Amino acid sequence: MIEKALTGSKKYWLWLAFLGTLIFIGFLCYLLQWKIGLGITGMSRDVSWGFYIANFTFLVGVAASAVMVVLPYYWHNYKDFGKITVLGEFLAISAVLMCMLFIFVDLGQPNRVLNVLRYPTPNSVFFFDACVLSGYLLLNLLCGWTVLHAEYKGTKYPSWLKPFIYLAILWAPSIHIVTAFIYQGIPGRHFWLTAIMAPRFLASAFSAGPALIIILALLLKRVANFDAGQKAIQTLAKIVTYAFVLNLLFFFFEVFTAFYSGIQSHQAPIKYLFAGLHGHAEWVPFMWASYILAFIALILLVIPATRKNETTLAVACLSVFIAAWIDKGIGLITGGYTPTPFETITPYRPTLPEIGIAIGIWALGFFVLTILYKIALGVKESKELRVKYQGVLIKK
Amino acid sequence: MAIKRRDLLKLGGLTLIGTAASAAVGGVYTKPQEALKGSRWALAIDVVKCKENRATCGLKCVEVCHSLHNVPSIPDKKKEIKWIWEEKFEHAFPEHEANYYLNEKLHDTPFLLLCNHCDNPPCVRVCPTKATFKREDGIVMMDYHRCIGCRFCMAACPYGARSFNWIDPRPFIAKVNPEYPSRMKGVVEKCTLCYERIAEGKIPACVEACPAKAIVFGDLKNPNDEINKILKERIAIRRKEELTTYPSVFYLIG
Ligand code: SF4
Ligand code: SF4
Repeated sequence: MIEKALTGSKKYWLWLAFLGTLIFIGFLCYLLQWKIGLGITGMSRDVSWGFYIANFTFLVGVAASAVMVVLPYYWHNYKDFGKITVLGEFLAISAVLMCMLFIFVDLGQPNRVLNVLRYPTPNSVFFFDACVLSGYLLLNLLCGWTVLHAEYKGTKYPSWLKPFIYLAILWAPSIHIVTAFIYQGIPGRHFWLTAIMAPRFLASAFSAGPALIIILALLLKRVANFDAGQKAIQTLAKIVTYAFVLNLLFFFFEVFTAFYSGIQSHQAPIKYLFAGLHGHAEWVPFMWASYILAFIALILLVIPATRKNETTLAVACLSVFIAAWIDKGIGLITGGYTPTPFETITPYRPTLPEIGIAIGIWALGFFVLTILYKIALGVKESKELRVKYQGVLIKK
Repeated sequence: MAIKRRDLLKLGGLTLIGTAASAAVGGVYTKPQEALKGSRWALAIDVVKCKENRATCGLKCVEVCHSLHNVPSIPDKKKEIKWIWEEKFEHAFPEHEANYYLNEKLHDTPFLLLCNHCDNPPCVRVCPTKATFKREDGIVMMDYHRCIGCRFCMAACPYGARSFNWIDPRPFIAKVNPEYPSRMKGVVEKCTLCYERIAEGKIPACVEACPAKAIVFGDLKNPNDEINKILKERIAIRRKEELTTYPSVFYLIG
């Protein structure tokens, strides 16, 4: 099957070369960090997690969201998702890969990463996160690859795979819940210490992830001549809509709790993010951009006409994706660390090498994704041809 | 590096000879040093005394602690490392700060902050490698060789007591104390209540160094210990008590 990745148009190779360049730049930046230490980042004693952990948190959601296409297909036998399912599974693989890399580059002593397994510490949420993430990666590799291989051979996937598919479905939310628990169970950080953190994570994941799948499906239609099917995309769009409405509602609940209770320490992070605090307003434009995009997306998604139109749907999905990324990537981390335990403010800004490393990891994720999709689409295409051979029409 | 490998070897050799010698004479001439025994070590910091002497003491406690433990002085505030430091009342107790009228007299009062060696420490709970762990006697320890630098503990400590080595700290140590290890980049560190001195029967360095005797060290579980008497007589507060981490550092304010 792998041979399908080795042949492609000039555009395909150019795209891979472009991603390869970004990966290389990221790698160079990482070498610098390896030598000097995390001091090359914008993180500080007061804001000790930054861009890396933020991207990790966001991508866990993208990975978990694959379940939104896998579940209806395998569980409810929703046939229309037949073509899009493997896209979801392969997206999960590359997203988990990026997650792991983001954790890895965030470690101060990366050569000791195996200490997590050498001294298993069940009272640490990190330990569970490492377990669920690697488990999820393996499950998706197994399911995605086996199903595709069966398709390649022109058969149905073997029945022993069924339990694994169901396990993967149950497993998916767990990776996001456990990641939410990293934040949710910490005392003294008012922005994080909220029981609605895990539900919020899930809602934003189940909107941003499928939104990305829609974007990818629409893209593939144009560049790879692959049509996931109108119905599949529309069903997915509805999933995005409902999850996104929930996501916004959950945020409103947080705001209500903080402001109606009148507890100032709970209000402070929200004030810092949306209005600025003590003369610090570093992230205010980003947060407002995020919520304006969210509002635009909401309107486009709720109105049936704009949801059914592929162009406006693409705009809506892109807005959902960017809005969720800013919300998770910037709001969640800086909001948690601001104000500091001393009620002071230490601004955080990612540095260039830090951004370079992050872009490198994203590029690597898309590199893997491109290759996996190339294989998947190659298999589907050849199969489609044969079906048409056996049928009446021979096209292409 | 102020100390060369050769010197270190020499030092090691001397200790070896010393041990052999004391073993030979059967401990008649050298009294073995005994560790201090306690089941819940704690500090009581007399804020009143501390404030009175602050103008003249030159923050001896901080100076001695940092030089004894090879704590680097990094000029960049964002990347600094500190084990014990001074902070104004309103930053040390932001939740009390809201009660302005009640606490007016405490305003701008210096408070010494350090790791609280909490009884229920969140930093220990979250550490994925047990690099941070709690001893029987209540001291919350750091194993620099096991720490992977994930900084989960920094997010979890509600007191901002932990520092991370963003870069190699060694060039920022003015004079290396060869008797205490210096750290490498990428690990977390903090006050460990001078566990190494307690093992030798000595009290923590900050307690010993304070010219005003404003810091008292003792065992909370020992009813006859002086610290318990003081805590009974005086008014003491602890930082962020509402989080029920049960800090072992008490501030005597009245
Ligand atoms: S003060 Fe912070 S670092 Fe020290 S024991 Fe408590 S939680 Fe841990
Ligand atoms: S940074 Fe080190 S001490 Fe802190 S939680 Fe991670 S491994 Fe444990």
